[in-house]
Amino acid sequence: MAKKILEVNDIHSYYGHIHALKGISLYVEEGEIVSLIGSNGAGKSTTLRTISGLMHPRSGSINLGGTDITHMEPHIIVSNGVGHVPEGRGIFPKLSVRENLDMGAYTINDTPKNSERIEQVFTLFPRLKERVDQYGGTLSGGEQQMLAIGRSLMLNPRILMLDEPSMGLAPVLVELIFDIIKKLNKDGTTILLVEQNAQMALSIAHRGYVLQTGNIVLTDTADKLKKNEMVQKSYLGIE
Amino acid sequence: MKTFTSNPFYKFIIFPVGQMLAFILGAGTLLSVIIILLAYIFRGSVTNLDLVERTITILPKVLIDGITIGFVYATIALGYTMVYGVLEFINFSHSEIFMVGGVVGVELLRYFDAQGSLATMNEYVVIGMAIVLGMVIAGGLAVTVERIAYKPLRGAPRLVPLISAIGMSFILQDAVRLILGLTTGEFNVILPQFGTFDEFQILTIPGIANAVQIQNKTILLIAVTVMMLVGLNFLVNGTKIGKAIRAVAQDRPTASLMGINVNLIISLTFLIGGALGGAAGVLFALKVTRLDPFVGFFPGLKAFTAAVLGGIGNLTGALLGGLVLGLLESFGASYLGIFTEGAFGAEYKDILAFAILIIILIFRPSGLLGQTVGQKA
Ligand SMILES: Nc1ncnc2c1ncn2[C@@H]1O[C@H](COP(=O)(O)OP(=O)(O)O)[C@@H](O)[C@H]1O
Ligand SMILES: [Mg+2]
Repeated sequence: MAKKILEVNDIHSYYGHIHALKGISLYVEEGEIVSLIGSNGAGKSTTLRTISGLMHPRSGSINLGGTDITHMEPHIIVSNGVGHVPEGRGIFPKLSVRENLDMGAYTINDTPKNSERIEQVFTLFPRLKERVDQYGGTLSGGEQQMLAIGRSLMLNPRILMLDEPSMGLAPVLVELIFDIIKKLNKDGTTILLVEQNAQMALSIAHRGYVLQTGNIVLTDTADKLKKNEMVQKSYLGIE
Repeated sequence: MKTFTSNPFYKFIIFPVGQMLAFILGAGTLLSVIIILLAYIFRGSVTNLDLVERTITILPKVLIDGITIGFVYATIALGYTMVYGVLEFINFSHSEIFMVGGVVGVELLRYFDAQGSLATMNEYVVIGMAIVLGMVIAGGLAVTVERIAYKPLRGAPRLVPLISAIGMSFILQDAVRLILGLTTGEFNVILPQFGTFDEFQILTIPGIANAVQIQNKTILLIAVTVMMLVGLNFLVNGTKIGKAIRAVAQDRPTASLMGINVNLIISLTFLIGGALGGAAGVLFALKVTRLDPFVGFFPGLKAFTAAVLGGIGNLTGALLGGLVLGLLESFGASYLGIFTEGAFGAEYKDILAFAILIIILIFRPSGLLGQTVGQKA
């Protein structure tokens, strides 16, 4: 059996009095694409935010490749190998494309290696190379998503968490982004993918979890989920 | 062109210094032209002197005074604006950080004086030591205040840390008063006489009859503030730390996802802002020669105004706002009395300066330059 990279154990997270996660447990094995699907407000982003340390769970634990990261600060968790492309992409609008990519490698002081990584990102997203001196805020939505993904690859993360990468993008760009995700996975990156676009997510994922109001209501292989009646009705628009 | 503008010497020396000169020349020339025009218009209604000649005679001194106090305001304003840029929070205790810097600097000079060594030491070394000590103490104090009074309130509604900052102001004023009272029994601190800072340099400009006089301490003040502003520009726009500061200012959660220790960067912002305020305090003390625990209030308020005038959160804006406010104030102080034949004296300078400021803000509500720290200068 493959090694579990990430293991989330019964976490409860709150925004003030709002009980957003009511005992989430999930795991991701090395080399997998695992998808988290669910409607708006189900707690998908909160799950990722809790894993990357942007917020801390009130109870439960999070384990990354044998290390307990439950109470670590986000900047420490990043250097432990968790890449998080947040919802809305989190591009620094007044930093150039190159500076945004540099920020992705903030924790390592290795200029030649950075340049090499930036070149790799440009091979993956040639469009970014043309825009290298432009402010991040002037890019189109698709280009920003490419930049956000490229930036998260600068540290070569052990697990890459993507929060709704297809949001607001035209269908061709959604295809492109999903092709890239597949390619990254084939090249060895483990991926935890949050999507409202369940159709697309389940088409590339190995396994999936279905979230409803802070609870995991269903988990299975992607193929079985696609055939599940409830999933078809609620998330795939099949009656 | 592109290779020239990305040359570090251009980017970090020529450009910021040129920008300062442009602001000084721009604002100075504009105000000078306006005042001379006004003098022509009103020369008939002022009878006991030649208004135009009088206006032009004192103009160089008015400009120099305005630029000098303008640089002080700008240096303090940077502390407000940097913190605002990163936290969107007005650090009202910054005026007291400025005061503490000044008091600490003067106390060091008084210590040397009491030792009898002040007269024998190099004056520039001594003032340099006072500035550095003022910067260290003020910077450290600003970081401490943030840790104690602001950080625990970071998730609270915006008014709460603001109240905490105002409370911190009173606490710092009274703490300084208490310490001074216990140690010296007197809470006015008076700068000891030393060196040649009060002497004048005479500049004769060809074609102008009256020579321009500049006090040595004025030259020192301008030189030190210009160096600090150039240094800050390099730090923010030319270093990795500066890039992290800009990233935190633009998007705090994402900055932490990049591996930036956001709390450390926030502390650093307070450290830099506090150190600049402390240096300004020592230079201000050199200029006014007498401080007390409440001396920070007016310069602090004006520097805050300067920051808003330039566009709060904008570093270049703080510089421009400081210089404009300093010049407005200096013009008001010198010309109000002359133009109104004494009906309105120099004490009305603030009313004039703030009236003009309100007018500017009505037309440009986000300040003259109105962007944020996140942006490259
Ligand atoms: N900043 C916030 N403050 C208060 N409540 C929030 C905040 N962000 C999310 N929530 C609430 O937490 C729940 C889960 O939200 P989220 O994780 O963003 O859902 P999803 O990503 O699945 O759409 C929702 O009920 C949402 O209203
Ligand atoms: Mg979401």
